[in-house]
Amino acid sequence: MKDFGFTLSPSSAVSLDKVDSRLWHKLLETSPDAAVCISCGSCSASCPAARWSGMSIRKVLLALQRGQSVAPMLSCCMLCGKCTMVCPRGINTRKLILALCRICEKP
Amino acid sequence: MKERFATGFDPFVIPFLIGMGFVLAYCAYGILRILFQLSREDRRRFLLSLVTPATALKNIWDIFCNCLLHVKLWKRNRLLGFMHSSIAFGWFMLILLGHVETVLFVPHRINLFYYPIFFNYFVAETDATLRGAALFFLMDFFLLLILVGIALAIIKRVRSRWFGMRRTTRPSFLDTIGLYSLWAIFPLRLLAESFTAHISGGSFLTIPMNWIFRQFFGNNLYMLPCWWAYSIALCVFMCVLPFTRYMHIPAEMMLIPLRNAGLRIRHPRKGFARVEVLSCPGCGVCIDACPMSADKANLKDCTVYLNRQIRRGNERRIREISDKCLLCGKCEELCQVGVEGPALRIAQREMRQYAVEPDYAAVDMAALREAASGSKVLYFAGCMTQLTPAVGKAFESLMHKAGVAYTWMDREGGLCCGRPMLVAGRRDAAQKLIDRNTELILSSGADTLVLSCPICYRIFTEAYHLPGVRVVHYSRYLQGLVLLGRLKLEKSDICYVYHDPCELGRGCGIYAEPRKLLGQAAMIAEAPQTKGESICCGGSLGSISLDFAAREAITRHALENLYASHADAIATACPLCLATFSRYANRPVRDLAEIIDRSSV
Ligand code: SF4
Ligand code: SF4
Ligand code: SF4
Ligand code: SF4
Repeated sequence: MKDFGFTLSPSSAVSLDKVDSRLWHKLLETSPDAAVCISCGSCSASCPAARWSGMSIRKVLLALQRGQSVAPMLSCCMLCGKCTMVCPRGINTRKLILALCRICEKP
Repeated sequence: MKERFATGFDPFVIPFLIGMGFVLAYCAYGILRILFQLSREDRRRFLLSLVTPATALKNIWDIFCNCLLHVKLWKRNRLLGFMHSSIAFGWFMLILLGHVETVLFVPHRINLFYYPIFFNYFVAETDATLRGAALFFLMDFFLLLILVGIALAIIKRVRSRWFGMRRTTRPSFLDTIGLYSLWAIFPLRLLAESFTAHISGGSFLTIPMNWIFRQFFGNNLYMLPCWWAYSIALCVFMCVLPFTRYMHIPAEMMLIPLRNAGLRIRHPRKGFARVEVLSCPGCGVCIDACPMSADKANLKDCTVYLNRQIRRGNERRIREISDKCLLCGKCEELCQVGVEGPALRIAQREMRQYAVEPDYAAVDMAALREAASGSKVLYFAGCMTQLTPAVGKAFESLMHKAGVAYTWMDREGGLCCGRPMLVAGRRDAAQKLIDRNTELILSSGADTLVLSCPICYRIFTEAYHLPGVRVVHYSRYLQGLVLLGRLKLEKSDICYVYHDPCELGRGCGIYAEPRKLLGQAAMIAEAPQTKGESICCGGSLGSISLDFAAREAITRHALENLYASHADAIATACPLCLATFSRYANRPVRDLAEIIDRSSV
């Protein structure tokens, strides 16, 4: 293919009718507070693991709803609790992470 | 003294023998089982400690002080202490003196197990000697002591508030049977001995009662039924003992030597943990002590209920209770038996299986190593301090004033210390963080590591191995700078109440240094519950399941305690306490470093 100096990224459109959101719903059983996330990004801004891993609770929650894999992000969490402290919605993010680590399929 | 019966036997001793036989067999089986559950190395250590004279003596002394005299309980609550020790010590003395009497007067009967217990039934007094009178007096005295204890116990059941306890546990069905049979034993013994006192002799209690009884009943008809009832009460008590809270009596005698041998909880349910759980008499001290009790919804989540549920094997509740706890350590501090509520819970959490294992391979170690190198003094702020930048700024300003060259190793972000991961029960993951931080610190060439977060401080002192590096909490470090004259403090007239952070106080035993430092910069007031009894701020990372709303009641409860000191402001030495209190406090909350920075010149 001729090199035009740029590439086209594949479409990132998500068909919400087709996504596998079983994990998300399973999570909601034990951590119903995950549903109140407003994607404000406070957790992403404060997460010490974000610097070297891209970990962020916000991203994890969005990925779950889109049926995307979250295990690689989860494995970088240090459970430090900063995200819990800053979350304006009072989501117990540490409980949520531990629950996800338990119910996720092995990556 | 002469024997009344040539056989030295009467059928009424049979219930007692059955009960005693059962309880001894059960305990022997229990001891063997526990020994079997210990790891080989622990078992060796334990058995060795039993034959080491120093530990053996300490064991005996501790068992005497804790199981019989309840010294720790006395210190906490005199009335409760008196109640428990009068029953335990009094009963012990009755058994001991029973044996002394047997040895002195009918030595050939000492091989009969039941003889010292029912001594008064089997002998008749022939001549009154001083020695006999003294022994009889002591027997009556200790019986009276126990009866007073039992009377107090009955009052306590009905009016626990009179004993300074707001809440107690509700006994289970078997507990109730054990309780009533225990209450029945000693009045029945009094009756039995009183009915017999004109034959066997007695003292200030039994002789007058005997006289009164004879005015009414006039013959010996009632003697034997009383002895039967006494023996049956003993039998019932001993038969239900293994299945009730009274199991704590033999269990604590096992726990003390195990602890003195230096053993720790290695399995959530077996071995040491098992003995600890069984040693809890359900006194309920930890219910009032637990900060979670500020909210009625959590009343059944303190350590006494954990012990109960572990005994019953209720997995769902064990999980719930283990996840909720703040791990503040107050129950352990106040528990007279020494049940390690937090450690027991962490052990339960460690049982969980996770599909996703933490992996920190992507960490840019080169950048972190670079950030940590440069000077002899390292400052590790930790995650929580990064959320309260005022603390880090104040520390930086102080170091600047004192002219100390230092490196703030995680100024631009670093790795977590690992303590939150450890207390969540993921030991291996925590170890990965510990290993990485250790590498960073050792490669930096520093000889001092200063920490401003007690959570970090605790794990750095407990789980890190940093040869050649002095690990200090900043309260100690700054005090050192003041002593060297590198920091000069001026005392302001603001009055602070100092809140002891759980991890720093109960966790690391640091109570005096922060107060000493604060005292040079401001006035100090003390809260009613302070030092070892300080109340967790409610922000603790120890709890997994308590959510934001549920923590509010706990924080407010802790604040009420601090307000009671009438101080102008609240001082603490933990960034997490600072952030948590600041949410709801009606007066300023400041970190120690901020206060020192304000008053240093
Ligand atoms: S607990 Fe995990 S996700 Fe939350 S801030 Fe810490 S490292 Fe990030
Ligand atoms: S801070 Fe809370 S509300 Fe905001 S994105 Fe993170 S989880 Fe959602
Ligand atoms: S854990 Fe300790 S304080 Fe709590 S009920 Fe048991 S013995 Fe009492
Ligand atoms: S550690 Fe603290 S929060 Fe947990 S049970 Fe004990 S007193 Fe309650």
